[in-house]
Amino acid sequence: MFRFIVRRLLQLIPTLFGLSILLFIWLRRLPGGPETAILGERGTPEMRAAIRRNLGLDEPILIQYGRFVRRMIRLDLGTSISTKREVTTEFLQRFPGTVELTITAMVIAIGIGIPLGYLAARRRGRFLDHASVGGSLIGICIPVFFLAYILKAVFSENLGWFPSSGRQDPTISATRITNFFVLDGLMTREWDAAADALMHLVLPGLALASIPLAIIVRITRASVLEVLNEDFVRTAEAKGLTENVVRRRHVLRNAMLPVATSIGLLTGGLLSGAVLTETVFAFSGIGAFLADAINQRDYPVLMGFIMIIAVVYVLVNLIVDLSYSLIDPRVRVR
Amino acid sequence: MALLDVEDLSVSFARRGQRTVRAVDGVSFSVDAGEVVGLVGESGCGKSVTSLAIMGLLPKQPGLQVSGKAVFDGTDLLQLDDRSRRDIRGRDIAMIFQDPLSSLNPVVPIGIQVTEVLTRHRGMRGEAAAKEAAQLLDRVGIPDPKRRLKEYPHQLSGGMRQRALIAMAVACQPRLLIADEPTTALDVTIQAQILELLKELVRDSDTALVMITHDLGVVAGMCDTINVLYGGRVVETARRRPLFRQPRHPYTVGLLGSVPRLDAGRGERLNPIPGSVRDLLPWPDGCAFAPRCTRRVDACVGEPPELVLAHDARSYRCVNPAPVPGLTPGEEVREVVPGQATPGSVPAQAVPDDPPAVPGLAAAPSEEETP
Repeated sequence: MFRFIVRRLLQLIPTLFGLSILLFIWLRRLPGGPETAILGERGTPEMRAAIRRNLGLDEPILIQYGRFVRRMIRLDLGTSISTKREVTTEFLQRFPGTVELTITAMVIAIGIGIPLGYLAARRRGRFLDHASVGGSLIGICIPVFFLAYILKAVFSENLGWFPSSGRQDPTISATRITNFFVLDGLMTREWDAAADALMHLVLPGLALASIPLAIIVRITRASVLEVLNEDFVRTAEAKGLTENVVRRRHVLRNAMLPVATSIGLLTGGLLSGAVLTETVFAFSGIGAFLADAINQRDYPVLMGFIMIIAVVYVLVNLIVDLSYSLIDPRVRVR
Repeated sequence: MALLDVEDLSVSFARRGQRTVRAVDGVSFSVDAGEVVGLVGESGCGKSVTSLAIMGLLPKQPGLQVSGKAVFDGTDLLQLDDRSRRDIRGRDIAMIFQDPLSSLNPVVPIGIQVTEVLTRHRGMRGEAAAKEAAQLLDRVGIPDPKRRLKEYPHQLSGGMRQRALIAMAVACQPRLLIADEPTTALDVTIQAQILELLKELVRDSDTALVMITHDLGVVAGMCDTINVLYGGRVVETARRRPLFRQPRHPYTVGLLGSVPRLDAGRGERLNPIPGSVRDLLPWPDGCAFAPRCTRRVDACVGEPPELVLAHDARSYRCVNPAPVPGLTPGEEVREVVPGQATPGSVPAQAVPDDPPAVPGLAAAPSEEETP
């Protein structure tokens, strides 16, 4: 188990190395550069050259890359060109928001998706089955930003049940420790701040949950249908076990493997930020900031954020792989 | 009264756009307490579907129709609601399946799979349940039961897995045990051990056993009464010895003839029944076995053969049965039962005390002859 984790983490090094080379080349191939973003269309060639020299962008690309690698080994990701603040600081300030949003979305998607998928399989061919399969198709098809606008219009602007934007009501003065607003509120016992932060998560979380929910419903349904045909389910029924025990111990547990895989991939995907949802709800996560960084050609921010996201993605999937061996004893982690 | 009385059991599957399949077509048989009854036939003859229908384990699907009666100890199992069935399953009637690996849950330790039956039907929990489970594993011959309880099915050998399944089945001392080809997936040496174990358990606890198999060797070694099934109907019912000594239905004759014999001469060929189960005549049009039958006469086709109760209290469903030496045809027929009547169980005293006349099967241990 321990060796498995170490090996997976060591595998991360060549992955990051390759990714950094690809990213570096790709970003430099983008037309324009930070100087265009700073100066606009009116800058003279001299001013552009001066800015490029300042940022060290006039040197050969190999030297620039070497400098990046040397810094990265010291875990220094440099300074943002547009905000002039450390990339690490920017990341730590925004990433907790994205994590909170991801957790909310996945809790909604898993909490509804697995029971619904199970029921759909059990009532195969009946109304609930058709409704959930059809509904999940709609869930996949509706653009997330569109759903976000609708949710905001109905539940925030019309009904006023949830706040419409941001991560915290500005009138609440909350103490910041980790930048996970809900967690901060719980740690400092500022219950109103925690509750308020939670309310801010509901609508963007719902919007973001739509696609993972649809996928989890479908995978759970297919997986449960497969397991229901297994001989050991018949054995369990032959023992006269209650439906509840058959469901929990014999059907769901065996049906969870493919679901766990998809949960890992979906969570990793959400953690890389949700540009549109964050924009609609003016929610400060990494999505909108990354989109800005692309427009501004903010190379250090792009390189740094994407590298960290890659590490997080690998870690999430490592956790999923480890959870396999908890679900299925035949999967030996070596 | 018999412990289990199956009367006119029919199971059909209807699929939209397809012909309705009658997997079981008016099967009747009965099982007395402590008796070992065989349901024998080729794959597809309806023997497994019969047992699943009795247990209420047929996959619920639109188009499934079960009719008839399966009276267990005075209650018709087919009329019970889901909850009462769950109460009976595993407690009064237990079942052992064919493939022990796929019949065990791969992600749950053996121990829990045994104790869950104890918890469900005997209300045992925690330490007491674990202790009882270890005793059960010990009783079915699994060495080091305490350690095995914590292991998963893939860590056990095929024979051990089947023993574990048997332990789960006998955990509540059921009065009826249904074993659906319990040895088919095991290799020969293990088969003998498992059969021996089943025999022991049944003898010690006075449990009745329904043995579903295509293997006549298994039947010869274990069963008191044998029902031969073909095309979803019982075609011959007899006590073990008369059946082996003098099979009447041509299908039974064919089954016995196709068993490889040790005393056969070198180069002698096996005698398989020609054709396959799929060459089936629908029962309403005559005898389902007619297309493959060597004794076919004109009367076989047209209407289904009626059930005949013969002189030695056996019953068969054939208009031209294999002759018995010293008996003129017609003289032997005692009673013709029209339609779908019950053959009923055959009284034990009608069984002559002769050794089985089929030499290939004479190897069946003789010490378990009916006392």
